[in-house]
Amino acid sequence: MDTVQIALPLPVLPEGWAGEKDFKAIGSLSQATDRNIEPVGPHFLAHARRKRHKRTFSEDDRIQAQANVKKVEDDDAGEISEPEDPLLLQREAKDWKTQDHYAVLGLSRYRYKATEDQIKRAHRKKVLKHHPDKKAAAGQAQDDQFFKCIQKAAEVLLDPVKRRQFDSVDEAADVEPPTKKESQKGNFYKLWGKVFESEARFSNKQPVPKLGNENSTKAEVEEFYNFWYNFDSWRTFEYLDEDVPDDNENRDQKRHVERKNQNARRKKKTEDTARLRKLVDDCLSLDVRIKKFQQEERAQKNKRRTEKEAEQKRLAEEAAKKKEEEARIQAEKEAAEKAAKADSKKAKEAAKNAAKKNKRVVRAAVKEANYFHGAGDAPAAQIDSALNDVDLIITKLDNEELATLTGKLNGKTDAGEITTIFQEEVKRLLGAGKLKDGEAKSLS
Amino acid sequence: MSAQQNPAQRVAIGISFGNSYSSIAFTSGEGRAEVIANEDGDRQIPSILSYVSGEELHGTQAKAQLVRNPRNTVAYFRDFLGQEFKSIDPSPCHQSAHPVPQESTVAFNIRDTPEEKENTVTISEITTRHLKRLRNSASDYLGKSVNSAVITVPTNFSDAQKEALNKAAKEAGIEVLQFINEPVAAVLAYDARPDAKLADKIVVVADLGGTRSDIAVIASRGGIYTLLATHHDYEVSGFQLDQVLIDYFAKEFMKKNKSAGDPRENERALAKLKLESEAVKKALSIGTSAAFSVESLLNGIDFTATINRSRYELLAIKQIAAFTRLVAHAVEKAQLDPLDVSEIIVAGGNAHTPKVASALSAAFPETTKVIAPSTSPTAINPSELAVRGAAIQASLIQEFELEDIEQSTHPMVTVTPHLSHAVGVLCISGEESHGIFHPIVDAETPLPVRRSAIIATPKEGGDVLIKLAEGARHIKVTKPEPKPKEEKEKDEDDSDEDEDESEEEIREKTWKVGKILSEAALRGLQKGAKVEVQVNIGADLSVNAIFREVGGKGGVRGILQGQKGVNGSA
Repeated sequence: MDTVQIALPLPVLPEGWAGEKDFKAIGSLSQATDRNIEPVGPHFLAHARRKRHKRTFSEDDRIQAQANVKKVEDDDAGEISEPEDPLLLQREAKDWKTQDHYAVLGLSRYRYKATEDQIKRAHRKKVLKHHPDKKAAAGQAQDDQFFKCIQKAAEVLLDPVKRRQFDSVDEAADVEPPTKKESQKGNFYKLWGKVFESEARFSNKQPVPKLGNENSTKAEVEEFYNFWYNFDSWRTFEYLDEDVPDDNENRDQKRHVERKNQNARRKKKTEDTARLRKLVDDCLSLDVRIKKFQQEERAQKNKRRTEKEAEQKRLAEEAAKKKEEEARIQAEKEAAEKAAKADSKKAKEAAKNAAKKNKRVVRAAVKEANYFHGAGDAPAAQIDSALNDVDLIITKLDNEELATLTGKLNGKTDAGEITTIFQEEVKRLLGAGKLKDGEAKSLS
Repeated sequence: MSAQQNPAQRVAIGISFGNSYSSIAFTSGEGRAEVIANEDGDRQIPSILSYVSGEELHGTQAKAQLVRNPRNTVAYFRDFLGQEFKSIDPSPCHQSAHPVPQESTVAFNIRDTPEEKENTVTISEITTRHLKRLRNSASDYLGKSVNSAVITVPTNFSDAQKEALNKAAKEAGIEVLQFINEPVAAVLAYDARPDAKLADKIVVVADLGGTRSDIAVIASRGGIYTLLATHHDYEVSGFQLDQVLIDYFAKEFMKKNKSAGDPRENERALAKLKLESEAVKKALSIGTSAAFSVESLLNGIDFTATINRSRYELLAIKQIAAFTRLVAHAVEKAQLDPLDVSEIIVAGGNAHTPKVASALSAAFPETTKVIAPSTSPTAINPSELAVRGAAIQASLIQEFELEDIEQSTHPMVTVTPHLSHAVGVLCISGEESHGIFHPIVDAETPLPVRRSAIIATPKEGGDVLIKLAEGARHIKVTKPEPKPKEEKEKDEDDSDEDEDESEEEIREKTWKVGKILSEAALRGLQKGAKVEVQVNIGADLSVNAIFREVGGKGGVRGILQGQKGVNGSA
């Protein structure tokens, strides 16, 4: 807030005015009105901050200022805080291929994670410190070797292509995989997590799945291992190439070296792929989660199998029961049938006997009726025809009709009556169409 | 979309959601608010949705459908949100889809699918669709998916309405960081300009919108805003200005085509008239004359006419005067005098109309600055004021957790005691009757407050007396000398309307010395020295004052204990 500028002069102190420490409190402020202030704008934010943290104006100013200042300091301090190794300072620029560019710039704890901005700032700081002019001023003329190292390091690290080539072979950024013993001691996830984190820098695909921890789900773990078994790496080994002679004289030699370099790169790449593969294999073999998942799966499978078996058993039992039941019913049915058959046979036999008896009665009745030949002995022809006719009638009659006929004939001795009965019977049979006209002539 | 966004992943914009128009803005890296244009290139996007055989049209495209397809076009629906059917005013929707009651809320029966069947779409669903379109436009423009926003609302938006809007926004995938009041957003938009100076001032935000007018009197004290009074009017609105033009052109049309009949009685002709009249109104804000042209207005008759600005101003004089009265009324409601008002910010689409601003300047004293495009070349586009303020607020709070924002906007924090009287020093003379009071802290300043002042001393230096006192603002009215000042008014009608009295009074703002708070002495000042006074007033009304010579050592420090319960004239 701007200060209020008041151009009107203050009054002169009247004579004899006195107060304790030159100050006299006289009145107090009138009652304030409570109002809602609008929660909007930067000044309200400051007000809310003061009110919520119960700070006074000057306290808040101080804390805010401190917070702002601290941030700047942190940013500046970061990269240069690394002490410089005296051996590093004695490096020759011509050995740039073997130098650790990050260490030269003082970025060895950032390495591949260093941002371009960080590299630029670190480079500037180092240049300011090791500039040959400064060395010359300090009496060390001609000592610009480390400065050249710095320039070379910046040249490599600020060029994205060259930086990748260097990062590819930057062994200092590698994390050694832990031994079997170490990983079994319990910090498997921490140790291996670091390894994969460092390897992940070569991945074309980002983000790279994390190793996770003992609570990771099966899908996560599977995704992790699938990713690493199908790892898509940008790692190249050009940086380790042998220098190609650039003289135009010996073309063959040049091509030979180039071919050699190509082969070496390919070989190293293959080796690297194999190395990574082994790394993942090792990790997988030590990963207790895989065993856990297998056990869980097996338990699941077992459970399923026992359930299935129980189900099958139950089904089999049910089937057996059903079969038994069926067999029992079948047996009962057969027994009943057999009984029925035996009964019917008996009845048939009885009926046969009865029929025989009836036939006998009928034939006897014919004889009684003197073979339908009035009085006196019947001639042989008459007897034959009468007997034939009666036999014909009998064959035409079924057992019941025969029984009724027998019933009618039973006890009848009168030839006329018997004849009438027979004639009626023949008539009936004729009516029913069982006999044809002209048959049983002797009785019609 | 999850309700709570991680503050780091927030992409926040400001949304101004009006009855007639909506706009969206974001704050660029340099801290400047920029209003986003939608796919049609509009920065003021009509809050209208229209459905043509299942296809959703939005903004200007939907507005064009008001003529052809009014029953499936939803417009002017903002105020219905969160209200019951019995309490809404459906008159603005006369020429679009009519609101119908549905359970406890309002809905529209529209064909929003390709099928020939009317669906009932609730107001919150409509709002969600509208916000979704706004969000998509902003996301397309920014290339990042927008997921949170600060939304401006009128000062009389109820909690239920805010809750409904919050819900609709959530449905649209927008996390509402905060609702801020439209007039306050407008003030913030001005105060956030890099060249803006922080001052204690009374600002009136006069928003002449499409369907309503809102006036707010705001005390701006060191960048903290307090609403002193608000006034809302649903009669005085931009529609009234359109209506004036509609009537005028309808009469012109009837004059030329005697047999054709009144175009206002034909629904379609009226819709065409209305659209074109709005366009003419906008054109008259820029140019001094505008052409009105509608093809096949009525019975296939094309109609063209021109109108110049003065005629329009003459026609609309009643409406504009009513608006000016509204502003004056709001100032009165705040128990202030027009002289207390240091700025009038004219907001809303109709603020472009030059006469609105000039009428306000005429009605208020010269000390009052009217900020509108026609009076001040540096004025921000009045249609974009609210949305710019919202975007600035969004950039300020987007890194906070939602819970943090809620706590900061809680009444515990926002309810603050405000000074009932100004506190200042007596200059020239220590006597109450002779001394001239000069305020250091103005009335209506929220407490606690810290202010400092640099005060001149008598030329010869020496010992000075510093008297802190309360002061009351007083309006001194003096009858003028026989020869009154010549008004620069060119419009005879205007001065007739406003000032009937032949002699004008001269009104001046002065201070009356109230209660004396303390006395302090600074001794042995050098020649031409200045005295710095720093006043800290606590929320408990305690005063902590430091008096010292600028550049000098030592100084006098005094404390007044806060006495709650001492009743002033508050």
